[in-house]
Amino acid sequence: MKSETQQIEEFAKREYKYGFVTNIEMDVAPPGLNPDVIRFLSAKKQEPEFLLEWRLKAYENWLKMEEPHWAHLHYEPVDYQAISYWAAPKSNDDRPKSLDEVDPELLETYEKLGIPLRERELLAGVAVDAVFDSVSVATTFKEKLGELGIIFCPISEAVREHPELVQKYLGSVVPYNDNFFAALNSAVFTDGSFVYVPKGVRCPMELSTYFRINAAQTGQFERTLIIAEEGAYVSYLEGCTAPMRDENQLHAAVVELHAAKDAKIKYSTVQNWYPGDEQGRGGIFNFVTKRGKCAGDRSKISWTQVETGSAITWKYPSVILLGDESVGEFYSVALARGRQQADTGTKMIHLGRNTSSTIVSKGISAGHGQNSYRGLVKINKAADNARNYSQCDSLLIGDQCGAHTFPYIEIRNPSATVEHEASTSKIGEDQIFYCRQRGISAEDAVGMIVNGFCKEVFRELPMEFAVEAQKLLGVSLEGSVG
Amino acid sequence: MLSIKNLHAKVASEPREILHGIDLDIRPGEVHAIMGPNGSGKSTLVQVLAGNEVYEVTDGSVAFLGKDLLELDPEDRACEGIFVAFQYPVEIPGISNAYFLRAALNAKRAYHGEPELDAMEFLTQARAKMKELGVTPEMLNRPVNVGFSGGEKKRNEVFQMSMLDPRLAILDETDSGLDIDALKTVAEGVNALRGGDRGILVVTHYQRLLDYIVPDVVHVLVNGKIARSGGKELALELEERGYVDYGINQPATV
Ligand SMILES: Nc1ncnc2c1ncn2[C@@H]1O[C@H](COP(=O)(O)OP(=O)(O)OP(=O)(O)O)[C@@H](O)[C@H]1O
Ligand SMILES: [Mg+2]
Repeated sequence: MKSETQQIEEFAKREYKYGFVTNIEMDVAPPGLNPDVIRFLSAKKQEPEFLLEWRLKAYENWLKMEEPHWAHLHYEPVDYQAISYWAAPKSNDDRPKSLDEVDPELLETYEKLGIPLRERELLAGVAVDAVFDSVSVATTFKEKLGELGIIFCPISEAVREHPELVQKYLGSVVPYNDNFFAALNSAVFTDGSFVYVPKGVRCPMELSTYFRINAAQTGQFERTLIIAEEGAYVSYLEGCTAPMRDENQLHAAVVELHAAKDAKIKYSTVQNWYPGDEQGRGGIFNFVTKRGKCAGDRSKISWTQVETGSAITWKYPSVILLGDESVGEFYSVALARGRQQADTGTKMIHLGRNTSSTIVSKGISAGHGQNSYRGLVKINKAADNARNYSQCDSLLIGDQCGAHTFPYIEIRNPSATVEHEASTSKIGEDQIFYCRQRGISAEDAVGMIVNGFCKEVFRELPMEFAVEAQKLLGVSLEGSVG
Repeated sequence: MLSIKNLHAKVASEPREILHGIDLDIRPGEVHAIMGPNGSGKSTLVQVLAGNEVYEVTDGSVAFLGKDLLELDPEDRACEGIFVAFQYPVEIPGISNAYFLRAALNAKRAYHGEPELDAMEFLTQARAKMKELGVTPEMLNRPVNVGFSGGEKKRNEVFQMSMLDPRLAILDETDSGLDIDALKTVAEGVNALRGGDRGILVVTHYQRLLDYIVPDVVHVLVNGKIARSGGKELALELEERGYVDYGINQPATV
């Protein structure tokens, strides 16, 4: 028999289930960052001149910027000159046209992650744009989407085939000099997804991308750009996991969303990168800039995230509510266990009239995990009758973890209505024992409590994804009783 | 059905022994009451029977329906039919009472190889019991015990007990903090379980409860030992004289 304390500790220490390394020969640039490296990767990707210039400007700005340290995070400084900024599977020159042409080892990798591409396509009707390291290797359902005028492709492809769209929107929501990590990303981003949904079109399927980090010491700098034109609708899913590694791996992605008049964008993330070992060694550093612009009236952008991985998470998906009556939403579950640290939240910037935003943040801390919610609600002068509702709940499992809440509210318009609610609850031995006395095992009890705690967020996820997210938390709980 | 022999127990993290050799036998259909001054070890005995690992059994044995109870995990003891209505039921935020109870029922059914109870069957069963025990639909939908008044928590324990249909029901001061009407409903709930092959063990400070739940045997627990056992008249005697006869000069009601 194990004591509840032991069980809770084991839950917190559970080994990362998806730790393995795919053995595909990499084509890696020498470590270090300078204008030549940027020229090299831009040339390799056959990019137009405007993009190279944009990258170089970003690089110059980045040199003048300081890595931000205001977050509630502690980590060894990152050596940006030790990172290699370009990696691609060798077979890249010959991109596969269908799944049959995809490296079987790669397909196996997805299999291990429980994401059999074919099954997913068939069962869920999901178009999968799989990003393996820096280069996309499989794109499906493209034709079907093409008939509706929807573009869903790797951003490197969009750069070549739709340069006018990329030039118009790239950096329009997150400028190249927005912050340290966004500037770095702008200088060196290698790939990511591009989505364009034309006026009046409702994207008939969930679009999804699986990212993986593979090559040692290779920073990952995805760039995603989603544009929904007037009256368009799109739901985009992002999920990822990474193999076990001893060295810290840096990840600095940028996601930009643009919603025109009456357009709606739903962006869902399930993130499960390697969190590091018991001492916190080797986990992913995840510094992400995600922002959406509700550019048109009555537009809506909704972020839903389930963050269970990474050693460090620095991430604040935000919405700029420019259009009148536009709506911004943020639903988040963040789990920090072992030595994980998460500083995450959102920014809702109200500029238009009658704009409204909703924030629901659920932070789970276990082991020595440290979870911080950081949120800004800003109501500008012109934003008459703006409304915000924020709810921040923390769940502590065991007594060595921490939860911190930093809500910032700036109101410049007296007609604003802003509500903030917060709660902290704790799962201790008493609760677990109570459940066990009712016949429920310790593992099931923790799972049940955690899933109950998160249900308001899971509800916002597309159905298949919600099941996956629950499964992910379940996997996180696996082995808590052994 | 329950046979406790020479049970010694202590708090796992401390050297001091709390239970100094308890002997107790409960046969199917019997109702036993345990009374005793504060700190005499009543709740400790209950927790040890439930398998709380905060406590460590240092000697003795407990057999339940032919099994070595002390070898079983708490959840298996529960599935074997032991139910404890706690003196201080804990709050579990985020899970509705209904969801929790259905999970408990299904855990028990899975243990016995029975199919899951679906939401409708569960609700039908729950509604009937709720009526009997004065549990409101609102309480069913609230998180387990969160924000419940002291009395509501106790009522909820008895509601769970009657839903889970235990072989041995152990109630630790379920009467404390109940108003007189609640006391009657709770007693009715317990009496409804009474008989057949069920055993019931009630821990109480008050003779009043035993007017409603009339015990077959009353035990007096003092300083971690059963000092005396007798019929229901023993409770009346304690009510009058307190524990002075047991070397303790405090009144029975605190
Ligand atoms: N977890 C614990 N840690 C330390 N001491 C404990 C613990 N549990 C019980 N004790 C001690 O053991 C003794 C018996 O406590 P117990 O709760 O069993 O008494 P009780 O008979 O139920 O009392 P009451 O009538 O007040 O409920 C007390 O001295 C108590 O302080
Ligand atoms: Mg007690």
